[in-house]
Amino acid sequence: MSATTLTFRQRGTKLLALREASIIVVALVLVIYFSVVNANFLTGPNLQTLSQFIAPSAIIACGEIMLLICGEIDLSVGQIFALAPFIMAFTDHAGLGMFVGFVFAMIVSALVGLINGAITVLLKVPSFVTTLGTLFLINGFTLTVSKGYPINTPGGQTMANIFGAAGYNEFLWAVLIVVIMHVVLRHRRWGLHTIAVGGNLTGATEAGINAARIKIGNFMLTSMLGGITGILEAFRIGSTDPLAGGTNIMFLAVASGVIGGTSLAGGSGTIIGGLIGATVLGVLQDGFTLQGINAFTFDMIIGAAILIAMIANIHVGRLNRGGRS
Amino acid sequence: MSTESLRATDITKSFGNISALSGISLHVNKGEVLGILGDNGAGKSTLMKIITGYHKPTSGQMFINGEAVTLTSVDHARSLGIECVYQDLALVNTLPIYHNMFLNRELRNRFGMLDHGAMRKRAAAALDDIGVQVPSVDDEVAMLSGGQRQAIAIARAVYSNAKILLLDEPLAAMGAREAGLIIDLIQRQQARGDISIIMIMHNYAQTLEIADRIMMMQRGTVTFEGNARDTSVEALLDIVRREYRAMRAAAQ
Repeated sequence: MSATTLTFRQRGTKLLALREASIIVVALVLVIYFSVVNANFLTGPNLQTLSQFIAPSAIIACGEIMLLICGEIDLSVGQIFALAPFIMAFTDHAGLGMFVGFVFAMIVSALVGLINGAITVLLKVPSFVTTLGTLFLINGFTLTVSKGYPINTPGGQTMANIFGAAGYNEFLWAVLIVVIMHVVLRHRRWGLHTIAVGGNLTGATEAGINAARIKIGNFMLTSMLGGITGILEAFRIGSTDPLAGGTNIMFLAVASGVIGGTSLAGGSGTIIGGLIGATVLGVLQDGFTLQGINAFTFDMIIGAAILIAMIANIHVGRLNRGGRS
Repeated sequence: MSTESLRATDITKSFGNISALSGISLHVNKGEVLGILGDNGAGKSTLMKIITGYHKPTSGQMFINGEAVTLTSVDHARSLGIECVYQDLALVNTLPIYHNMFLNRELRNRFGMLDHGAMRKRAAAALDDIGVQVPSVDDEVAMLSGGQRQAIAIARAVYSNAKILLLDEPLAAMGAREAGLIIDLIQRQQARGDISIIMIMHNYAQTLEIADRIMMMQRGTVTFEGNARDTSVEALLDIVRREYRAMRAAAQ
């Protein structure tokens, strides 16, 4: 008995290590490839551009990964991304200042997450449908309050620099959030209970875990991370645009998580993997842009990358469980 | 002092117009194994859920160690030492054994961080103590056999200081060898003398083998109660047949 179990275990550990390592290898291979074919790839300015591309999807991925682990998804996070900086700007225009504006933006983001979570958990609407509804709702709301026009992001240059405009600052914010969320997932009860709820909802509930609280909390977290990312981007770009973010950033974040090894079936996932997944997508985007490949081709490559990652994800996972599906 | 740990008197439970339990009484002593037999729909699960505090009875009274209690929640029941191992075992496949052992009772350090090292060590020691063998507490539960999973679930309940342990079909879908391991495990817990075990069972012969006392339920009532050594599979089946004949006669 113990002999066969041990073989499964050894094989499992090896493959697990492989799954984590394989995405890092992919990222490294891509970096090496692009730095060989294009001398501009490993230069300061380009790395800065690259870091600014990775940061938003990495931050939002942290939220989506938590949701995917507990068996949910948020399609509306890209719309909060657009709404949050408007709330901050309007509050500032009303004379209450940027800080109060930021707090308001976070409150509204959390509220949207609360609504997403409450409809999903308490009214039992699948989160895919709930957040598809709020996606349109929030998008319409942002377009209405902004009248469809972008505005300048308020606040001085210093503030803009701190919050992402200067150098690698946006990326540093992303790394800080990734580190915090990694600790939450691996070293706090919240993360463990998130895995338990996604791995066995009935079992987790029978063990006394409040699954509704975990799920709603993760919806609120994701919305707030979406709001923070929208604000960081508004500072970096200098304009607050009602059409910023959207489904594009949401899908990049989900893809980052999935490419990084998070299971769409729930119950397992890694935050660090999400950062690496975002890096892979960023390197692909940036590298091909330097190569002069157009956006249409890029979408095909992203699509293929997601498919390959998913196929690997499912089949490596099955081998890992000793052949059981 | 009485050695009786749990008594329930005249428990009824209705869901709307449907009566699931109509006046069930039971008791169990320390160091005793009570086997509850009955068909699907007999009300075994409802009774179980009342004892674990999941459902509130429509009427009736429960006593724990001689004191009248009204359970308000699963947590409340648990705080009184009532632990239940459900058929789905409440194990999380994607988590290692040691996290499952401490699910929702995690050990944390003074910074509020999960103390993985302490949980690993104590889970291994607890499994060893209870007599459950696993290759490593770091293994994901998904890699274990049905018997090993059942053993982990029982060990978790015992480790969390269960005084009244409810087992929902602990031998379901298990081969003879694995069932033997679980029966050993249950008998070792019984031998400690301070735990009362209530098992919901389907298999008459296995129940007679493990239980001290048998209670048989049909359609929300108790149709038999007595010592396991004073009865037999044949005698129990006779009671079931008689009940069915009475039921059919009543229906005509």
